[in-house]
Amino acid sequence: MLTDLELQLKSIEYRATILRIIKQARAGHTGGDLSSIDILNVLYNNVMQVSPATFADPNRDRYVQSKGHCVEALYTVLADQGYFPQEELDTLCQYQSHFVGHPTRSVPGIEQNTGALGHGLAVAGGMALAAKLDGRSYRVFTLLGDGELAEGSNWEASLAASHYRLDNLVVIVDRNRLQISGNTETVAPLEPLHEKFAAFGYAVREVDGNDPAALMDIFNRVPFEAGKPNLVLANTVKGKGVSFMENSVKWHHRVPTDEEYATAMRELDEARAKLTAQASEAGQRRYPVHA
Amino acid sequence: MQLGSKAGYAPATMPLRNVFGEALLDVATDNPRVVVLDGDLGNSTMAETVRKAYPERFFNLGIAESNLVGVGAGLAACGLIPWITSFSSFLLCNAYDQIRLAIALSNINAKVLGSHGGITLGKDGPTQMGIEDFALVGGLPTFTMLVPSDPVSMRALVKLATDHVGPVWLRSSRLPLPVIYDEESTFKIGQANIVRQGDDVAIIACGIMTAIALDAAADLAAEGIEARVIDLLSLRPLDVDTIVAAARDTGAVVTAEEHLLTGGMGSNVARVIAQHHPVPMRFVGLADTYTESADPADLLVKYHLTADDIAAAARDAVAAKRAQG
Ligand SMILES: Cc1ncc(C[n+]2csc(CCOP(=O)(O)OP(=O)(O)O)c2C)c(N)n1
Ligand SMILES: [Mg+2]
Repeated sequence: MLTDLELQLKSIEYRATILRIIKQARAGHTGGDLSSIDILNVLYNNVMQVSPATFADPNRDRYVQSKGHCVEALYTVLADQGYFPQEELDTLCQYQSHFVGHPTRSVPGIEQNTGALGHGLAVAGGMALAAKLDGRSYRVFTLLGDGELAEGSNWEASLAASHYRLDNLVVIVDRNRLQISGNTETVAPLEPLHEKFAAFGYAVREVDGNDPAALMDIFNRVPFEAGKPNLVLANTVKGKGVSFMENSVKWHHRVPTDEEYATAMRELDEARAKLTAQASEAGQRRYPVHA
Repeated sequence: MQLGSKAGYAPATMPLRNVFGEALLDVATDNPRVVVLDGDLGNSTMAETVRKAYPERFFNLGIAESNLVGVGAGLAACGLIPWITSFSSFLLCNAYDQIRLAIALSNINAKVLGSHGGITLGKDGPTQMGIEDFALVGGLPTFTMLVPSDPVSMRALVKLATDHVGPVWLRSSRLPLPVIYDEESTFKIGQANIVRQGDDVAIIACGIMTAIALDAAADLAAEGIEARVIDLLSLRPLDVDTIVAAARDTGAVVTAEEHLLTGGMGSNVARVIAQHHPVPMRFVGLADTYTESADPADLLVKYHLTADDIAAAARDAVAAKRAQG
C-alpha cells in the first residue's frame, strides 16, 4: 500500500519509463499511456489483489486492458510489480521480443490479448460472470478508451453486465476526450455519457482520473451499488504530465525527438522535485488500508 | 531494405498507402458519386486526402467498423459509390457479418479498402496485421479482390474498382514499393500481368511479393534459371489462362504472398494448375503462425518472405521438374 505521495512519485517514475521505452522502440501510444498511467498505478499498487506470486490463483483480481494500444503503460507497471525484469522493457517492439505492440498473454501478468478496440469489456464481463458462478469474490477491472466507446460491442457487453448484475465488474473509461482523428465530441459524440451509462444499468462515478488520491477513494467504494456493474468515468488529460503533449491530438502515437524527450524528462524531474519539497513541508498523508 | 533493387528498379519514393490516398482523391474528383467512409484511421489509410478536398463527401464514423460497413452499404444501395476504408484486420474481423450480408450477399456496389495488409506494417504488431484477408474475402463469392503491387497498379486498380459495378476488396499496405509498371501498362479486373519473361520456372506473386519475386528472378538468372514473374493483381476473378500458360511453358511454379498459406492465394492458384496442367509447385507465404512487432525487413526474414526464400523455392521446383524428366 503506497501513500498518496508515493503514488504520485510512482506516476512520475512510470511516465519517465513509458517515454524512455517508446523512444527506444520508436513506436508507442504516448498520449493514451500518459492519460491512463495514474489509473494503472493505483490499481496495481493499492487496489487489486494480485501479484506475480498470486497470478495463478483463481481468486486473484483481474485486469483486462481493452484500450490495448496503450500497452507501454501496462508493461511498465507490470515490470515494476516484478512480473518480469525491468531490462526486458527495453526489448519493446524489437525483433524476436514477445513484448509486442499490444497486450499479449505471452507476457507474464497479462490476462487477455487485446488491441483491436471493443473487445475487453465483454471478456471482462465473462470473467466477472465466472466469479459469480464459482462463488468467488475476485473483482474484474477493465480500462476502455473513450473513442473506443463507438464500438457497438461495448454496449452489447453493457446490457449483459447489467442483466447479470455484475457488481464485481469495474469498468473504467479513460475520458481524455481525444481519439486519433480529433475530439470525440466532433467525431462520434458521446455526451451525455454519464447518463448513457446510467441508462445501461451501471452505478456511475466520475473522478479526476489523473489524481491518485481521488482514484483511491473511488475504488475503495466498489461495489458502488449492490447488484449493479460499476462504471468509473475517469476524466483525464491525454498526454498528462508533459506540457506539450497534453490535450494534443498529434501525440496519440507520436514518438518524441531527442529534444522533446529531454524537455519531457526535465519537466518530470521538476515535478518530482516540487512534490518532494511540498511533502517535506506538509508531512506525509497516509491512506487507510484497503480491506 | 530496397525492394526491387536487385532487379534494377529505382528506389521507391512513396509508401503504397500514400499512393492509395492520391488515387482515391483522383476518383473522388472524377466522380461526384464517390463517398469515403473512415473509422478514425484516415491518417493511416490516407483516405484523409478526400476529407481535405471534399469534406462533404467524407464521413468519419469513429471506431465502429460494423457500423461503418452498414452505413456504406446503405449509401451504396441508394446509388452512391462508397469507399469503406480501415485496416483490413479491423474490417474483416470486426464487421465480417456486415460485409457478408449487407454487401456480398446483397451484391451491393460498395468498395472496401483493406489497408495495412500483410506483416510489413511493423511495430504495432499482429493485432493489426492483415494476414487472413485473401482467405476471408475468398469466402465472399461476389467480391472482386484486387491487390496492387506498385504505384502505377495502385492508381489503375483504384479506378477500375470504382468503375466496376459490384463489391470490390482492395488491399493496400504500408511499405514504399518501386515502380514496376510504365504508363503503357494495361490493367483489367481478372488480368494478371507478366512482369518478367522466362521459361524455366514461373513465380506467381502479388502485392509486395511481386517486387521481391523480381529480385529473386535476378538472382536466379545469375545461375542460369530464367524465371517468368507474374503479378497476379486480381485474386478474384483469377486469370486462368495466364496461370495455365505459365504452368505449361515452364513446368514449375512458385507462388509468393504476404498472407497465410492456408486459404491463401497459392492454394487458389494450385487449384487451377492441378485441374488444368499439374506441375511441381512450391509455396512462399506465412506458415500457420502469428508474427510479432518489429521492423518490416526483419519480419520478412524471420517469416521467410525474402528474395532468397523465393529463389530457394524456385530451385526446388525446378529440381522437382527435372527429376520428373
Ligand atoms: C477495432 C479497432 N479499430 C481501430 C483501431 C485503431 N486505433 C488504435 S488506437 C485508436 C484510437 C483510440 O482512441 P481512444 O479509445 O480514445 O484511446 P486513447 O485516447 O485512450 O488513446 C484507434 C482508432 C483499433 N486498434 N481497433
Ligand atoms: Mg481517448
